[in-house]
Amino acid sequence: MYRSHVLICGGTGCTSSGSAQVIDALEKELKKNDLENEIKVIRTGCFGLCALGPIMVVYPEGAFYSMVRPEDIPEIVSEHLLKGRIVKRLLYQETVEADTIKTLDNTDFYRKQMRVALKNCGVIDPENINEYIAYDGYQALGKVLTEMTPAQVIDTIKASGLRGRGGAGFPTGLKWSFAAKYDNDQKYVCCNADEGDPGAFMDRSILEGDPNVLIEAMAIAGYAIGASQGYVYIRAEYPIAVKRLSIAIKEAREMGFLGKDIFGSGFDFDLDIRLGSGAFVCGEETALMTSIEGHRGEPRPRPPFPAEKGLFQKPSVLNNVETYANIPQIILRGAEWFASIGTEKSKGTKVFALGGKINNTGLVEVPMGTTLRTIVEEIGGGIPNGKKFKAAQTGGPSGGCIPAEHLDVPIDYDNLIAIGSMMGSGGLIVMDEDTCMVDIAKFFLEFTVDESCGKCTPCRIGTKRMYELLDKISKGKARMEDLDQLDKLAHYIKENSLCGLGQTAPNPVLSTIRYFRDEYVAHIKDKRCPAGVCKELMNYYIDETKCKGCTLCARNCPVGAISGNVKEPHIINRSKCIKCGACMEKCKFGAIEKH
Amino acid sequence: MKSLAELQALRDKMKNNMGIRNDDEAKARIVVGMATCGIAAGARPVLAAFTDEVSKRGLNDVAVGQTGCIGICQYEPVAEVFMPGQEKVTYVKMTEEKARRVVAEHIVNGNVVTEYTIGANAK
Amino acid sequence: MVNIKINGMPYTVPEGISILDAAKQNGIDIPTLCYLRDINEIGACRICVVEVKGARSLVAACVYPVNEGMEIITNSEKIHESRKMTLELILSNHEKSCLFCVRSGSCELQKLAQEYGLDDPMAWAGEQNRYEIDESAVHMWRNNNKCILCRRCSAVCAKTQAVGVIGANNRGFKTHIGQAFELDLAEVPCVSCGQCITVCPVGAIGEKDDGPKVTAAIRDPEKFVCVQTAPSVRATLGEEFGLPVGTNVEGKMAAALRRLGFDKVFDTDFGADLTIMEEANELVERVKNGGKLPMITSCSPGWINFCEMYYPDMLENLSSCKSPQQMFGGILKTYYAEKAGIDPKKIVSVSVMPCTAKKYEIGRADQSAAGVPDLDISITTRELARMIRRAGIDFANLPEEKFDSPLGIGSGAGHIFGATGGVMEAALRTAAEWITGQPGAPLEFHEVRGTEGVKEASYKLGDLEVKVAVTSGLVNARKVLDAVKNGEKDYTFIEVMACPGGCVNGGGQPYQPASVRNFTDLKALRAKALYDEDAGMELRRSHENPAIKKLYEEFLEKPGSHVAHKVLHTTYKPRKRYDIKEK
Repeated sequence: MYRSHVLICGGTGCTSSGSAQVIDALEKELKKNDLENEIKVIRTGCFGLCALGPIMVVYPEGAFYSMVRPEDIPEIVSEHLLKGRIVKRLLYQETVEADTIKTLDNTDFYRKQMRVALKNCGVIDPENINEYIAYDGYQALGKVLTEMTPAQVIDTIKASGLRGRGGAGFPTGLKWSFAAKYDNDQKYVCCNADEGDPGAFMDRSILEGDPNVLIEAMAIAGYAIGASQGYVYIRAEYPIAVKRLSIAIKEAREMGFLGKDIFGSGFDFDLDIRLGSGAFVCGEETALMTSIEGHRGEPRPRPPFPAEKGLFQKPSVLNNVETYANIPQIILRGAEWFASIGTEKSKGTKVFALGGKINNTGLVEVPMGTTLRTIVEEIGGGIPNGKKFKAAQTGGPSGGCIPAEHLDVPIDYDNLIAIGSMMGSGGLIVMDEDTCMVDIAKFFLEFTVDESCGKCTPCRIGTKRMYELLDKISKGKARMEDLDQLDKLAHYIKENSLCGLGQTAPNPVLSTIRYFRDEYVAHIKDKRCPAGVCKELMNYYIDETKCKGCTLCARNCPVGAISGNVKEPHIINRSKCIKCGACMEKCKFGAIEKH
Repeated sequence: MKSLAELQALRDKMKNNMGIRNDDEAKARIVVGMATCGIAAGARPVLAAFTDEVSKRGLNDVAVGQTGCIGICQYEPVAEVFMPGQEKVTYVKMTEEKARRVVAEHIVNGNVVTEYTIGANAK
Repeated sequence: MVNIKINGMPYTVPEGISILDAAKQNGIDIPTLCYLRDINEIGACRICVVEVKGARSLVAACVYPVNEGMEIITNSEKIHESRKMTLELILSNHEKSCLFCVRSGSCELQKLAQEYGLDDPMAWAGEQNRYEIDESAVHMWRNNNKCILCRRCSAVCAKTQAVGVIGANNRGFKTHIGQAFELDLAEVPCVSCGQCITVCPVGAIGEKDDGPKVTAAIRDPEKFVCVQTAPSVRATLGEEFGLPVGTNVEGKMAAALRRLGFDKVFDTDFGADLTIMEEANELVERVKNGGKLPMITSCSPGWINFCEMYYPDMLENLSSCKSPQQMFGGILKTYYAEKAGIDPKKIVSVSVMPCTAKKYEIGRADQSAAGVPDLDISITTRELARMIRRAGIDFANLPEEKFDSPLGIGSGAGHIFGATGGVMEAALRTAAEWITGQPGAPLEFHEVRGTEGVKEASYKLGDLEVKVAVTSGLVNARKVLDAVKNGEKDYTFIEVMACPGGCVNGGGQPYQPASVRNFTDLKALRAKALYDEDAGMELRRSHENPAIKKLYEEFLEKPGSHVAHKVLHTTYKPRKRYDIKEK
């Protein structure tokens, strides 16, 4: 029995900010103080506040330490763990209130959140199945296997209104019912853990923080559709997730949650991991299955749909991690409970990965229908440095940019589509006034061009040509006809591509043209980048009135583009300038401007 | 895993071990003075005994914690027991045996062990 | 059956067939590029897009199944524009050297560009990929700068031939067809079958053109240039000159060859008959003396390559016979050279083959009966057609002429070598007589005819029960060999041809666009030309060929003799699959 539990985030975000070293230091320090039998150290999954990592929570007080460094450990051990005095300077400032501390749940970051899929993340030890069990783990599987028929399970999921959290938002229960309909000696349940949208990492966090929920949910899905084998397709770039899921699968087998005759019900189910090699397109369901089969990961035409002919040509169901993470709670708490959360057509919660120009970068889970404003301003803590919100990008390379005018639209599947974006897997990148929308469109197109599988013509060549047109625009070399061509190409690619990746690839361009057409026009007609991002359209100038002739800029210019005599105003030779900005950074008098 | 009942039993056992991380108000809170004076007087084993006893008895709604110097160094080790709706009880000159008895009588049965309290010991 | 509408007209079609087929059945053509029936059904090129009422986007007609009530539009402004843009995009990354392209005129992309009225050579101009041409293999080259990534080549390699040495490398715009780890084609276990060439819609893959070498030899007064033509070439060459598929042009072909200036125009059918003498004898010997069974034919060099690289443990089962081409070449430079009084070193032995693997075969070791290679140059049907055109020969109006004697005499049994099952039937015709010792044994063995990938039959020849299997397309060969290896099947004699349908569908045969391949059974039509000729002949058994009889009398003594072994047999050896050279 331990009198205190110290939870340290071992998610990828905190691991990269050094949580492993913190854990190491803590364990050593506890040993030194003879506390290792009194204080338990638990490496958890992601808490969501990745910008504050490494994160540490000490129970029973619930003290929330942020940005903990190994040097802080002796103080935490001697003061807090030994003497019971919370080290206030290390507390997450949001949690400090006058003399007391408030629990994390009462901070702005968490208060507006509702954690369903992330329920156990940051709460339990993901490498210990018993902790999952303590939090009602495998109760849903037990209930399903001992009290429900497969049809009842599907009906429950249908009634809950759960829709796929990976992209298009297809109703999960309906999907299961299709696969259940086909008779076959072998069916498969697959999990898409090949999270690939730039900036999205909710699936990784669930796998790292609560791997057993996936196992439980997939077993439930297996029971519902009549499958005895499951595959989790995880990207190999998620080593911690792979390790934790492997441990969880091993423990689940040992405990009998996987294997033969689970809960004495006669139901057999097992699960294996398949590693993806980092191709974005393998997040597309047919490409993912093709990859599991051992072939080059390329999409196949549909129909036949995977429910009829999926993995190895057998009826298959594929859901993503976050979708599965909702399943056990729907079973335990009921479809009505789940359906009571969210909007009319989008039920439950959605996890977003907040990134970009926002104070609280990290993972947040909110009820469907929460406005973008709530997420950005309240949960996300607003935009840093007093800058103005310009747009939020959702849906990754398949999504679009949402301008400030839509900040109060309740976010759900259908509303996002209506305003030219999509839910996607839940990446949410906030952009401030310094962001150039042409540049953003170009960024996403570059990604798509890179990640296109190369199978169908529109995506293989069309996206490349779109990128080239954007590049021309960003360099001030385009004419207005090019904008029409871009638009024509975008619509052609949407209509003609083989898979969802290609069909949605033009969205970032279409949505930025829709809301920020004037920026495109400024690049084309005025050869000007209003946000001052596109290098080719910018020039650096020295303000004669401010320049003191200190020569610092000239000495730091890597290409010798600045000339001038000492104590006299300098000038920049534009034909030599490579626009690196080194001069502006060095100038102590604010004499260098770019526009 | 052969039945739901088996799983539920396991859950209850595991929950017990993790009660400490429950954010709900604890039914009772035991706080041991763990400042330098307390530690010097032997508060560490007292704290450990409280933890152990609470755990053995499966009292997952009882929190055991530390606090700093209460200001009565001559009475260390000191432990305070907070029960909802009741006055705080301060036990002094605690030992491991005393700690176990406090859990058994005060926490479980609701009878303050008067002989260990500060009132009984103040001279 | 389901009721559908295409362009507003109602039709009743079988449920589940593709929109492409449903349209075709009702006289509506939908263009395709990547689609090859049963081989490449991947919906990748997007040329065949059509509108389906209620669908979110356009759908690929080649793979989209029809269902009740479906309303399809195949010909609208939107469809036209989409297809045109797809073509423009493909062309924007295509080496447009059409003037100099071997496929100019037979190019499927060129034809579509014409049909869709493409008019701007700079449409969607941008970066173009630049790849080195892979000329490492003996039999072919690949120019990825012209490749449109339809994947027909890699599909046929993997699915039809179970070889799969080529496939898509890299991703997106950088996708290209290549070998594993970007090795050269010569470094991977390609069997040289050339199926990839025949299915390529554009000029991205081609056989190495040896026509100019042949022309140079003919123009060299010091050389005595003899040509032999494989059985199947007469059944396909006409296609190159606009004749219907399945036209037998044996007489015109002989006339054309003579007009090209060959000193002697011979027939590989003679070599085929000779092969039967040796192979049937070998089979009888193996059966009698407890030799390794099943015996497997060795006529198809693509198959030999496959066996040496993928089934080295079954090499003992291979007949030790050289292929008919090589037997012919051996006899040409020994027996014939001596008879005609020509120095074998002056003879240039040329073959016209349906096959690209023959280009590899002529360089094999232990194929030099006269101390010089049995064969000097092997060209495909396509290369011959090019030579004929280049020489200004009006093929369609040529007279019918005969092959030269004596090596131009072949039996009906030799003819049918060009189709799957033909070698088996020819061997059975001879073996039946030899085993029973009775003239008038059965002549036609219909069970081994037809274009199915695997055929089985059992014949009672005298007291002997002969269980045979005939297979073509290496994916089918794999099935048969695996069944033999794991003891499921017990055959006496197996015929394997590398190309599906046999030589009539060989890798060196005339191009036929997918628009023909997808709706016509080329293999069957071409084979029919050979079986029809055989049926009308007097001479239908190899051992009755008078020229063959004379050859044995004058030179070879008897089948399997010492001299026959020296000239007509060889050994096959295991080969390393990956022959990687230091660069």
